[in-house]
Formats: sequence, C-alpha cells, structure tokens
Amino acid sequence: MSLFTTRVAIPAMAVLLLASACTGPRVATQGAERVEAGTTNIEGASPELERLFWARHQESVARFVQADVDFMTGMIAHHAQALVMSRLAPTNSASPSVATLCSRIINAQQDEIATMQKWLRDRGQAVPEIHIEGLNLMVHGVGEHHHHMPGMLTQAQLEELAAARGAEFDRLFLTYMIQHHTGALTMVNALFAADGAAQDDATYKLAADIHADQVTEIARMELMLSRTTGGSR
Amino acid sequence: MKRNIRSVRPHRWPAAAVFALVATLGISACAPKQAAQVAGSGASSYVAASNAPSPDPRVGLGAGLFDAKEAIWNLRLVSATAPPEAFIGVTNSDLAFKGKYAFQGNYNGIMVWDLSNPSRPALVTEFVCPASQSDVSVYGNLMFVSGEGFEGRLDCGAQGVEDAVSADRLRGIRIFDITDVRKPVYVSNVQTCRGSHTHSVLKHPGDDANVYVYVSGSAPVRPEDELPGCSAAAPWEDPNSALFRIEVIKVPLAHPDQAAIVSSPRIFEGLVEPPSHGLAPDDYLALEIAKAEGKFVVEIMGQTFVMPDEFAAMMLGEFMKERGGAAATTADSAAFREALPGLVRQRFGVGEEEEHDGPNPGPTQCHDITLFPGIGFAGGACEGYGLLLDITDPANPRRTDAVADSNFAYWHSATFNNDGTKVLFTDEWGGGGQPKCRATDPKEWGANALFTLRNGKMTFESYYKLSAAQSTEENCVAHNGSLIPVPGRDIMVQAWYQGGISIFDWTDAKNAYEIAYHDRGPVDPNQMVMGGSWSVYWYNGLIVSSEIARGLDVFELVPSAHLSANEIAAAKSVKLDYLNAQGQPQYAWDASFALSGAYLDQLERSNGLSRDRIASTRAAMASAERTSGSARSTALHALGSELDGAVASARDAAKVRVLAASVHALASAN
Repeated sequence: MSLFTTRVAIPAMAVLLLASACTGPRVATQGAERVEAGTTNIEGASPELERLFWARHQESVARFVQADVDFMTGMIAHHAQALVMSRLAPTNSASPSVATLCSRIINAQQDEIATMQKWLRDRGQAVPEIHIEGLNLMVHGVGEHHHHMPGMLTQAQLEELAAARGAEFDRLFLTYMIQHHTGALTMVNALFAADGAAQDDATYKLAADIHADQVTEIARMELMLSRTTGGSR
Repeated sequence: MKRNIRSVRPHRWPAAAVFALVATLGISACAPKQAAQVAGSGASSYVAASNAPSPDPRVGLGAGLFDAKEAIWNLRLVSATAPPEAFIGVTNSDLAFKGKYAFQGNYNGIMVWDLSNPSRPALVTEFVCPASQSDVSVYGNLMFVSGEGFEGRLDCGAQGVEDAVSADRLRGIRIFDITDVRKPVYVSNVQTCRGSHTHSVLKHPGDDANVYVYVSGSAPVRPEDELPGCSAAAPWEDPNSALFRIEVIKVPLAHPDQAAIVSSPRIFEGLVEPPSHGLAPDDYLALEIAKAEGKFVVEIMGQTFVMPDEFAAMMLGEFMKERGGAAATTADSAAFREALPGLVRQRFGVGEEEEHDGPNPGPTQCHDITLFPGIGFAGGACEGYGLLLDITDPANPRRTDAVADSNFAYWHSATFNNDGTKVLFTDEWGGGGQPKCRATDPKEWGANALFTLRNGKMTFESYYKLSAAQSTEENCVAHNGSLIPVPGRDIMVQAWYQGGISIFDWTDAKNAYEIAYHDRGPVDPNQMVMGGSWSVYWYNGLIVSSEIARGLDVFELVPSAHLSANEIAAAKSVKLDYLNAQGQPQYAWDASFALSGAYLDQLERSNGLSRDRIASTRAAMASAERTSGSARSTALHALGSELDGAVASARDAAKVRVLAASVHALASAN
C-alpha cells in the first residue's frame, strides 16, 4: 500500500473573515487538515485479472438480440422528442414546477440518449444521431421507423403545444408528456416480452430504470395536472 | 409544509440579486460553523470546522481499474481487495454482516469474506448463483438473496433464461442455510410478481419464531403464464393486481422451507396528494426575483406561480374595465395586486372538488424499505414518495405519513437517526447508471432529503449532496449507507457510486456537513464503465464498502477536527452480532471512559460547558481511570454529582445531563 501525503493550509485570511462575519464558537488559525492522495494497491489485482475484467465486459456487450437493438434505436428518437417538448418551457411561460420538471427531463433524457448511443456503438450497430431545430426533430443514421412509436406526438400536437402559453402550456405539456411517457412504458414492456431480450445486465438495467423513472414521473405529472387545472377546465 | 430558504448558490445569480434577496428574505450568509477540537493535541486547540481540503482533491482524479488516483480525508484505507476470477467484471452489489463475516452480493452470486484481519480480508466462500441484484441479508443461519433480472435460474445455472416465459426462471427471494458459511445450502425460494429488486428483513421484538421479509420490486409485472396470479391490471379492474402493493414474506425460523407470502399490503391506498414541500430553493429565488421585478405572483391550489405577462395584462385589462378606467395607473396596479387573490379564486375555482378520471392510487411499488423495529417504524422509498410506516404489526404495515418532493426523481432508500427523530431519504435520480454529480447538476437533484420526525409525521429540513464535482465518466448519485454509532451525534457514511464515499454530520438537519471522504478516479478515462461504491456500512468498528468493479474496501476513521479519538472509540464500543442495513439496528452504548469522553469533547467543541469545568472534568476522569475498584467508583460518582450540579448553569444543559448520567453509569459499572 503506497500513499503519499500532502498538506493543505487554510488561508488564514479566510478563517479570519469567517470568524468576523459569523457569530459562533471561537476560531483560531491553526491546524490544517491532513489529506492523503495517491494510489492504493488493490490486493489480488493483476494484469491477468484486469484483462479478465475487460473480457467479461466484452462478453456482456456481445450478448444481445435484435429486439434490444430496436429498443435502443427507437428509444433514442422517442427521448429526443421529449427534449423538443421540454425545451419549450422557458419561452412558453411554464410555471416554476413545470419548468423544473422540464429541466430534469432534459438532463435525464439527454444522458440516457448518450448511454443508448454508446450501447449501439459498442455493439457495432448503426447509431442514430439526433438533430433538433425548433419543433423539427431529425434522426440521422437509421431508418424512419421512429415516427410510429407509441406515445409520440404528431406534428400538429407539437405545434399546438408550441403555441400555448402559461397555464395552458402547463396543462398541454403535462397531458402530452404523460401520453409520451406512457408510450415509453409500452416500449419497455414490449422489449421484456421478447424472447432473449434484456438478458445482459446493462440492457436490463437501462430499460428497467427508464420504466421506473417514467412510471414515477407519470404519477407526478398526473398530480401536477390535477393541481394546475384546478378542476376548472 | 413550509420551507425556509437557507442555501443560495451565488455563482448562479447576479451578486446584486443575491444581496437583495438576502436583505429581503433574511438569509443568513453564515451557516452555523462549529469549531472542533484537534484530537490528540491537547485539550483546547481549535480550528475552523470548514477546513476541508481546498481545492477539493476529489475533482479530476486520474482513471484506472486497479490504479486509479485516490483522495482520502479523515479516513484510513485499511485494505482494498479485488474480486476473485469468478466474480470479476460482474457487478458487486449490497452487503450484509454476521459475526466476523461480510456477505457481498454480486450479479453472479455471493462472496463471503472473513474480516478477522481487516487489513487482509480472507475470501472464504465463492457461491455462484447468478441473478441481479443479489441484494443480500442474513438472519441466524439463514441468508436471503434478491433476484430480479431475467437471467436468474431456479437451479442457479449460469446459462441464463432465453425465453420470455419460462418455468426455469427465478425472480423473487432465494433462501439459503448458512450454518456452514463455506457451503450455503439452497432451502427454498419465494417467487414474486415483480421479482425482488431489494428486500428488508424484519425481526419483530415480540416474535422469535418468525422473521418477515419485505420485498420491493420495481420491474414490470411478470407474465401470468410464467407465474400464475400475476396481474398488471389496475387494481380497480383486478383486485389481485400486483401493482400498488408490496409483498411480505413470513419465514418460520424452524421451517424456512415453508416461507411464503403472508400479505400484500396496499400501503399506498388513498395516497392521492400527500403534503409536498413543493418548490426548490431555486424556484423560490426565481419567484422572489419575479416579485422584485414587479411581476404578479399568484397561488393556485397551494402552488405559487409567476403569472405570465400576457395573462397578467389581460386580467389587469379586465380589472380596469370593471373600474371604468382607461390606462392603468400605479394606484390601479396596486389595487389590482390586492384584488388578485380573489380574482384568481374566481377564475380557478380554488376549493372546488377536483375532477378525477379515475382513482389515483399513488405509487405502484417501493424501491426500498428500511425497517427500524427499535422505534416501530419503517421508511418506505416508493417511486415519487417517501412513506412512514407503522410496523408494530409486521404483516400489516400501516402508512402514517407520506411526503413528495418536486426535486426528487426517484425515492430510493431511507435511514433513520438513532433516536428516531429524523429520517433521511435518498433520491437515486437516473437509477445509479448515470453521472449525476457533475458541476452542472443541481445540488437538490440526486441528493438526500433530510426530515425531522414527530408523532409519525415528517417535516422537510434540507438537502445534502456530495459536494465534489465528478466527471461524465463516473456514475454518481445518492446511494446506500448507514449510521456510525457516534454517541450524541447523527453521523452517516454513504456510498455515491463513483463519487466515492462521504461521511457527514446531520445532527442539525438543516445544516448537514461533510467530515470525511474517500474517492477514486473513474474506471475508464474515456467512457462510463459502471463502478464505485454500491453500499458502505459501519460494522463493528470498520467501514466496509462494496466496490462495484474493484471489490471490497475496508476503512477506519481517523481522529480529526470533526471527530475526536473518544468519539471514534465510543463508536467502536458498539458491537453487533449481525447487520442488515435495511433492518436498521438501534445502537446502545455501554458505559466507558470513551463514551463520557466523547460527550465531553462535544461539549468542548460547542462551548456547551464552561472551559474550567471541562478542564476539571478531564482531569478527574483521567485520575479515575488510573485507579480501580471502589476507589474508581467513588471518584466517578463524585464527579457525576459535580456534573449534576453543573447542569443548570451550562449552555447545553441536556448534553451535560447525558454526560453526568454516563459518568454515574461508569461508576456503577466499576
């Protein structure tokens, strides 16, 4: 086990500032914390074991069927439409809670798109690249089957959403995102019903996580929808 | 529930706006900082508690499977041990403990480590029986293992199950006899409709004949062809629906082979709209900024909204029309502002019955349930909700409260503090496979939410998230951890996947702060490969971490400004026979010099007792420790009585009372 040690001093000035700015216990300028950084030898680790680690990794990557590929390919485009919808929030006067939801959907689904693209790339499959211009979603590198996926909004629905403002935007966004997420659940269920699909842990985990997240988000959106509309519509 | 704004993130707001907000809202720029004793360097040396290394050495650590760079603070890495060949490259998951053994789950089965020599854990069992997530628990001579993924086989075979519907598949709980830990014997299994993602074992204090296993499964419902009786229909269409319920398995200890589902409590029923603590600090700031800009802010159905400009203009126009004015003046605008709540009530019909298309039964499942029989409650982390459950009747848990949070994506797990006055929920945003600790990720997302508990109800206090920014190659989010039995304080060690492990103090639930950590760089410099700490638990003096890719890490606490040698020694004095972190034990401390010393150190740190009294108490304790028998007992009783007399005038009377009691107990024990 080899560790090397560094010492980090607290700037005395900062401590004095802290002391003067805040009432509290006495603060003296002594004793910096000890920090150890370096690399620890891992018992039992060897070049052979590391080779085996990466070989197993490759083995699991090789374990997939066409249904897995179709799921990833389709879900990338499906997620991309959620980005199109969510990016409207700032310009369409979404309420703070809907704006927060949109930010989280963008963050989560962007990451998942990257994960699914990597999944396909690692398996030598065609990788859909997405390109968004306003309401227009273009998916390059694969066929055109993404328009028929469950829950996807029609262009007319997208335009209706883009035209809405404030409370009306909230209502439409929640309504359409519930429809959109429900479609994603259908896609996960279809994947899990296919023989040989989702056998690899990474594939299973990704699909199961999408399912769990979106079931949860649907329930939250239903609640928000009932609040936002306030029963008056 | 009401929340106070406490944290501002100045880098995201213009300084002027922040100062304006501080002024208007009375935000304190100083979170209470404590001064701390430097252990082992004399009685009264103080340093600022915020002396964490800066810049944070965890940021930008070099990558590598077995040679990643590491940063460690106030901890010592006692050992790091790679998995054996049968398990390398396959996910290591949760941990359980019994006696000197650690049971480590892996998607390929279970490993058992002998921790007698923590600097060299000995692998005593490699039991191959694939199934994700292999969440593991032990009780007596039984071991319980969760199976959820599609590849799990009844016969423990490694070939997987290709068919979508198969009689060979195991998804549920496997039960093994571990009378000989080197040779687990398959006793039985209990299949469940959604498999078992995790589970929790409940040993009810009043029932020595059985244990109960609460099964959590978040996967879609299995086909009825594979497991008869499994229905994914809505419960109002099919009363036997596998949705909206958890499973409770009763395990007769004399006949574990007869383990079976004893109830499927619908703990979510009627959970339509729990109290939400609503907006995030950023939301509040946005609202305050909008108000400062003169925008109209309205409350609709308990939620606060900034009224869109065009909508406000329209309403103001209508208002002006009714008042007979043409162009709105400042006075009109003020009158409008005053009349707005009434107008909103008219327009949005606040108070009217909401329309529902159908029943709204809340979440369909829990991710994890932490059972705390010591206080008779469980914390259920269930999709969009955190639930508090009364578990005094183990087969029939009853919900007493529920919270939701607009910042929480996915409620993952719960940990109570030792006296049951607080509960901490984690948000496993992104499911653990995504990098959610980047500098750009909000501090309220993928974090812990801290609640105080009173009369079976929860009140939100604050968030705590790993502060060190991680790279896009590191999966990172709040995950499993446990309390460290430091008496008089609430201290927890927690896994953050490739964010490493973080130890923090949440005694003040509004101001949790970090006191120690360990982190490695990513597994791979160019891509995200799953790794990091799945779970980390305190067990009999050791901090044991299950590293997803790299194996088993064992740590020890090192005395620091934040934690004295006495506090660590007192924590180490707590001995457990076994540990399943999701069946949380209530810690109890035997009288010891370390225990009294720990309370004394805490009083010194907080100025809770006069400095003279602290010095004389230290001297008296040191002197008593040098004696023995009745002399020691007499001296300690005298000291205890002196401290009893000091209670009334002490700044922290409650803690001095605890200290005095601990000294009397020490006297009686001698």
